[in-house]
Amino acid sequence: MNRKRVLFTFPAAMVEQPIVYHLVKDFDLQVNIFRAKITPEEEGFLLLDLTGPEEVIAKALDWVRREKVEVKDSEIGLRWDEELCTSCGNCIPHCPTGALLIPDRNTMKITFDPSLCVECLSCVTVCPFGACSSLF
Amino acid sequence: MKTYEEINAKIEARKAVVLTAEEIIDYVEKKGIAQAARDVDVVTTATFGPMCSSGCFLNFGHSLPRMRITEAWIDDVLVYSGIAAVDVYLGATELRHNDPANTYYPGEFRFGGGHVIEKLVAGKELQLFALSYGTDDYPKKELRTYFTIKDLNQAIMVNPRNCYQNYNVAINCSDKTIYSYLGVLKPNMENLGYSSAGQLSPLLNDPLYKTIGIGTRVWLAGAPGHVYAEGTQHSPTCQRGDNDVPMEGAGTLGLTADMKKMKPDFVRGVSLPGYGVSLAVGVGIPIPILNEEILKYTTIRDRDIYAAVIDYSHDYQYRTGKVLCHLSYEDLKSGSVTVLGKEVKTGSLSSYTKALEIAQLLKEEIQEGEFFLSRPIAPLPREQTSKGLTIREEKK
Repeated sequence: MNRKRVLFTFPAAMVEQPIVYHLVKDFDLQVNIFRAKITPEEEGFLLLDLTGPEEVIAKALDWVRREKVEVKDSEIGLRWDEELCTSCGNCIPHCPTGALLIPDRNTMKITFDPSLCVECLSCVTVCPFGACSSLF
Repeated sequence: MKTYEEINAKIEARKAVVLTAEEIIDYVEKKGIAQAARDVDVVTTATFGPMCSSGCFLNFGHSLPRMRITEAWIDDVLVYSGIAAVDVYLGATELRHNDPANTYYPGEFRFGGGHVIEKLVAGKELQLFALSYGTDDYPKKELRTYFTIKDLNQAIMVNPRNCYQNYNVAINCSDKTIYSYLGVLKPNMENLGYSSAGQLSPLLNDPLYKTIGIGTRVWLAGAPGHVYAEGTQHSPTCQRGDNDVPMEGAGTLGLTADMKKMKPDFVRGVSLPGYGVSLAVGVGIPIPILNEEILKYTTIRDRDIYAAVIDYSHDYQYRTGKVLCHLSYEDLKSGSVTVLGKEVKTGSLSSYTKALEIAQLLKEEIQEGEFFLSRPIAPLPREQTSKGLTIREEKK
């Protein structure tokens, strides 16, 4: 089983297509949606993880492209700027998954593990130094 | 026993033995107090965190024709101009003009005085907009221009209260989120906020102000500065442990230095949702090891420094004096503590990482003969409390 994070961008006319339904029903993929903005008559986006066999994910993405939806490989939509981070630790109790972490309690330096981030954006709200920002 | 003069002579000869307040702990444990007091000349202490009582005096020089500025904004942040013609004071917590503050609660407070100070030190361009009523000798009534710190005659940081000796730990016992200056506090004691460099913090390494006094040379955000006065709300008379270390706020320092010599990494604007803006400042203070007693105080460890846990949903606002419990900085830094039988996650506003970096930088400057120590010209008060404000009727 593979897991792949992708960003779908919908043209304004396309927001009513039940893309996720087809990914689950026709391709038997596990879909985990992190963020979405789907507004009628505007461009929309969907940021999600697809889990399934590699070739099935590739087939599914080909189908999505044929439906005129733009597909991009995506990193997570949360950016942690190491230069701006002062390692104060204010974010630590607000990060629900430990993506923002203090591995060494002697130096108290903060690290960020994107693979654990669920993009709840709590850190964006609480960071006093603007080190966490959302790409969307 | 050593004197300031002997230590400065060793610094000049680049032979001074300097350790950080963290390194000195193990050194004394290995060598013993007597040997270490002979070996070590200076211990460097440091802290980095939001210090709201910070700001700076700026002098713009005179325009053509001259203008006696009576109202002014830098990047839309109001500065105080009730002093001489082209002098202003820019305060860390001033909001940007038209910031909705907490109108749409909790406010974001993305930009204010602290951020203007950060931009200044980083050498970025800023906008000055100024107004005046006009006088015979200062006819100009309005100006808008752009400048960087290099264009200013003086940019002197003057912080009325920095380096709180110790500080409250904030927790929220209510069932609603609290937006405080110690962070966002989730309901039902889900998390807590603290702010101190603990065993690295300057006044925790000199709890009775035996070496740190008015006139002491300090490292303020990379610039050589000094203590110009006791800090506001300096209240040394308080509950202290057997080691003389305060278990509440206690002492504070008024600090000043030339902003043109500061390093941008240690002057950072702060946004606290639902609360406001501030400025995080890095401070390093060298402690001369004049005798064994002074050395012993610098060997303080996080586990021996306690802070008071206060309910910021009620007891802080109404100054009830209620303390839920005391926690050591060793426990606070571990990430999880127990308060009233409940496990609570800890968050900090002060950066220990940055404090370590500053203690190391100051150590290197002293070792390289670039930073000398000064004897205070007056001690800080050792017996004093801070008064509250009484709201009363006018005396007839």
